[in-house]
Amino acid sequence: MGRYVARRLLLTIPVLLGASFLIFAMVYALPGDPIRALGGDRPLAPAVVAQLKQEFNLNDPLGIQYLKYLGDMAQGDLGTDFRGRPVLDTISQRLPITIKLTVVAIAIEAVIGIAAGVLAGIRRNSFFDNVVLVSTTLVVSIPILVLAFIAQFVFGLRLGLFPISGVQEGWYSFLLPGFVLASGSLAYVARLTRTSVAENMRADYVRTARAKGLPNRTVVIRHTLRNSLIPVVTFVGADIGTLLGGAIVTESVFNLPGIGRAIFDAVRAQEGAVVVGIVTLMVFFFIFFNLVVDVLYAVLDPRIRYE
Amino acid sequence: MNLSKRRGALVAAGVAAAMVLSACGGSDDNGGGEGGGATGGTFSMYINEPENPLVPGNTTESEGSQVVKSLWTGLIQYGPEGEVEYTGVAEDITSDDNTTWTVKLKDGWTFHDGTPVTAQSFVDAWNYTAYSPNAQGASYFFSNIEGYDALQAPTDDEGNVTGEPTATEMTGLTVEDDTTFTVTLTDPFAQFPVTVGYNAFFPLPESFFEDPEAAGMNPVGNGPFKADGEYVPGTGITLSKYEDYAGENEAQADGVEYKVFADLNTAYTEVQAGNLDITRDVPPDAIATAADEFGDRFLESPSSQFTYVGFPTYDPRYQDKRVRQAFSMAIDRKAITDAIFNGTRAPADSAIAPVVDGYREGACEYCEVDVERANELLDEAGFDRTQPVELWFNSGAGHDAWMEAVGNQLRENLGVDYQLRGDLDFSQYLPLGDEKGFTGPFRLAWAMDYPSPQNYLEPLYSTAALPPAGSNSAFYSNPEFDELVDEGNRASSNDEAIEFYNQAEDVLLEDMPIIPMFFGLEQAVHSENVSGVFVDVFGQVDTSQVTVNS
Repeated sequence: MGRYVARRLLLTIPVLLGASFLIFAMVYALPGDPIRALGGDRPLAPAVVAQLKQEFNLNDPLGIQYLKYLGDMAQGDLGTDFRGRPVLDTISQRLPITIKLTVVAIAIEAVIGIAAGVLAGIRRNSFFDNVVLVSTTLVVSIPILVLAFIAQFVFGLRLGLFPISGVQEGWYSFLLPGFVLASGSLAYVARLTRTSVAENMRADYVRTARAKGLPNRTVVIRHTLRNSLIPVVTFVGADIGTLLGGAIVTESVFNLPGIGRAIFDAVRAQEGAVVVGIVTLMVFFFIFFNLVVDVLYAVLDPRIRYE
Repeated sequence: MNLSKRRGALVAAGVAAAMVLSACGGSDDNGGGEGGGATGGTFSMYINEPENPLVPGNTTESEGSQVVKSLWTGLIQYGPEGEVEYTGVAEDITSDDNTTWTVKLKDGWTFHDGTPVTAQSFVDAWNYTAYSPNAQGASYFFSNIEGYDALQAPTDDEGNVTGEPTATEMTGLTVEDDTTFTVTLTDPFAQFPVTVGYNAFFPLPESFFEDPEAAGMNPVGNGPFKADGEYVPGTGITLSKYEDYAGENEAQADGVEYKVFADLNTAYTEVQAGNLDITRDVPPDAIATAADEFGDRFLESPSSQFTYVGFPTYDPRYQDKRVRQAFSMAIDRKAITDAIFNGTRAPADSAIAPVVDGYREGACEYCEVDVERANELLDEAGFDRTQPVELWFNSGAGHDAWMEAVGNQLRENLGVDYQLRGDLDFSQYLPLGDEKGFTGPFRLAWAMDYPSPQNYLEPLYSTAALPPAGSNSAFYSNPEFDELVDEGNRASSNDEAIEFYNQAEDVLLEDMPIIPMFFGLEQAVHSENVSGVFVDVFGQVDTSQVTVNS
C-alpha cells in the first residue's frame, strides 16, 4: 500500500508540470492586451506600458515566458498579479476561506445525503422515498445562482436566521453558503446512496444475513451500507477536489473572499501567474483526493488490494 | 464501521445545535448593533475591489479613489459643484504667466505617522509617480511638467524597454523652502490649480519611499481618516478619525469601514437589512423600487460620466461630417434613456457634462432629433444606404440593449440596416480602436479627472491625444479645435478660458467626430444609521462629512 501511494504521488509531478503548461498556454492564447485594459478609457503613458510588459514578460514568446515562470517557481516565487501582490499571499489568504466552505459543504452533503439515501433505499416506494425523490429532483433543477439569492433573501434578509454575507461570524457564516453549495451534490449523493442501498438490499448476502437471524440494524449498517458506499465515496471524494477549486457563484453572492473569486478575477484580467498558480494547486487537490478515494476503496472493500 | 456511523450522527447533531444556537446569537447581535453606536460613531460603506494598491499615483479608478480620498487631502479640494476650494494643504497657487506656478503650503499639516507635510512631500511624490520604472497608472498627469520626458525609459519600436530614464527628478519642480515649491509647465495652462485636487497629485510621506509595496497595503496619508491596519484584498480596510487633522473638513464620525463586495446585489441587500450603511451604487433592477423603499435615503445626483458614440474618421464612409451629423439627428436619446435606462441616465445635449462650469444647455445643435434634415444631409453626402452600419461596443458590460436601440433608430429613421459588433471584451476592444480597427460607430465613455471643460476636450479630441498615447479613438484632428483649446489653456481668467473652451466645443460639435449620447446619474442608498451622505460630482461620498446617528 505504501509503495502504491508513493508511486501515485510521484506521478503527480509530471501531471502538474503538464497541467501548468497547458494553463499557461491557454492564458497566453487569450486574445487582447491586458495592459491596455488596465488603463481603460485613458491609456497609460507609453513608457509605463513598456515597463509593465517587461515586468510581466509579456513581450516574450510562450516558451520563454513559461521557462521564466518555472525558474521563479523553483525558487519559491509564484510571481505577482498586476497589482504587484505575490500570488502566494493571495493563495494563503483566500484558501482558508475556501477550505472552510468546502468542509461545511462536504459535511452537509455527506451527512444529509447519505442519511436520506439510506432511509429512502431501505423503504423503497414509501412516502419518505417519494419525498426524497421529488425534493432532490427539484433541487437539482434549480440553478445555484437562483438558489443562492433565494436562500440569502429568505433566511438572511427576511427571517434573519443567518448572516446575509461575509465571514464575520466565523463558521456560522459558512452554513448557509455551504448548504447552497452542497445542495446539488447532496441531491446526487442521496440518489446514488438510495439506488445502491436498494440494490444491495436484494443481494444474496443480505438475504443470508437475515436468514441467520441478525437484527435489521446490523444487516443495514454492516452488510448493506458498507458495500453501498463505494460509489458514494468516489463521488464525494471527487467533489472535495472540485469544491476546493472555489465556487465562484456562491462566493460572490455571499461575499466570501475565497479562491473561486480570485481565479475569476485573474482570468478576466489575464493575469497568467495568478491563474497558473491557483489552477495548478486545484489540479493537485483533485489528484490528491482521488488518491484518498482509491485508498478508501481498500478500506471499504477488503477484496480490493493495492500492491 | 459502527464508529463512523456514530460519529456521523454526532456531527449532524452538532450542526443542528449550532444552527439553533447561533440563530439566536445572530439576531441578538443585529438588535444590539442597530440601536447602538453609543460611543462608536463608525459606519460602513460598500466598495468594489480596488484595482491597485492604495497608492494615490496608481489609483485611477473609482473604487480605490474613494478610499484614497478618505486617507488623503490634496493641495485643494472641490466644493459640491466642483468649484476649487482652498481647504486643502495649499495656501494659494499663483502664476503670472500660467506657466510657472508657485504653490504655497499651509503650516501644521502632518501625515498619519506624525511627520510634517512639506513641499518636498509633494515634489517627491510627483517625481515618483512620473518615473516610468515605477509603473504608476497616473504618470501621464505630469506630462505637461518640464522634464517629464527624461523620466520615461527609452523603448524600441516593439515597445521593449531598452534602458533607464536619464533622470529621476523633473526639472520643472523646485522646492523653494519647506512650505513653497514651484512648478514649471511646458506650455501655459491656466487650469493647473483645478487639476491638483486629483489624487495623482497627493503628497507622500518619507516612509512611503522606503517600501512602496508595503505602503500600498498600509497607506499613510494626511487626510481626515487614517488606516487602522492593512488593506485586506477581497475584504476591505477599516479607517479611524485622524485626531491631528489640520484641515477644516475634519471627520465627523470616529471611523469608517470599507467593505469589499464582489456582487453589488449582496451589498444592496445588506443595506436593506441595516448591516451596511452606504452603497454609492444601486443594482440596475433595484432602481425602480429603491426610491419607494428608501425614501429620502435614496440619493440621485448627476455624475461626470459621459457616454458617446465615436466615428472612425479614418474610414472613408464616415469622413463627411454631414453623415455624422445626420446619424446624430436620427437618434432619439430621450427614448433610449427612458426605455432602457429607466431614467438613470440623462440624454446628452453637449460634449461637456452638466457638472462642470462651462456646460451650456443645448450646446449640441445636432443632438436634437430631426429625421427629415438627417435624411437630407445623408443624401447630400451621398451616403451608401445599402451597406449595413456596423455598431461596435465591448462585450459583457451592459451595452447590448442601448446599442441595439441606436441601430433600430438608424434603421427606422435613415433606412440603413445595422450589424452589432459587440463580441470583444475590453482588452481586445481598446487595442482595436487604437489601431484604427473600428469599421463603424463605436461606444466609449469618459469620466472627468478634475472639473474643467478642458478635461472633456483636450484628452479626447486633440491632435496630441491621438492613440496610443491618448484617448482620441475617433482620430479627430482639427487645427482650429487644437488652437482654441490652447487659447483656453493660456487664458488669464477662468471666464475667458471657458469662453475659448466653449468655442472649441462648438467646432467639435459641428464636425461631430463623436455623438454625445448620455450623461450619467449616480444613485446611492444609505441606512438610517447615518446622515450627511452626499455623492459629489466624481461619484464619490465625502466620508468626512458623514455623521452617525446615535
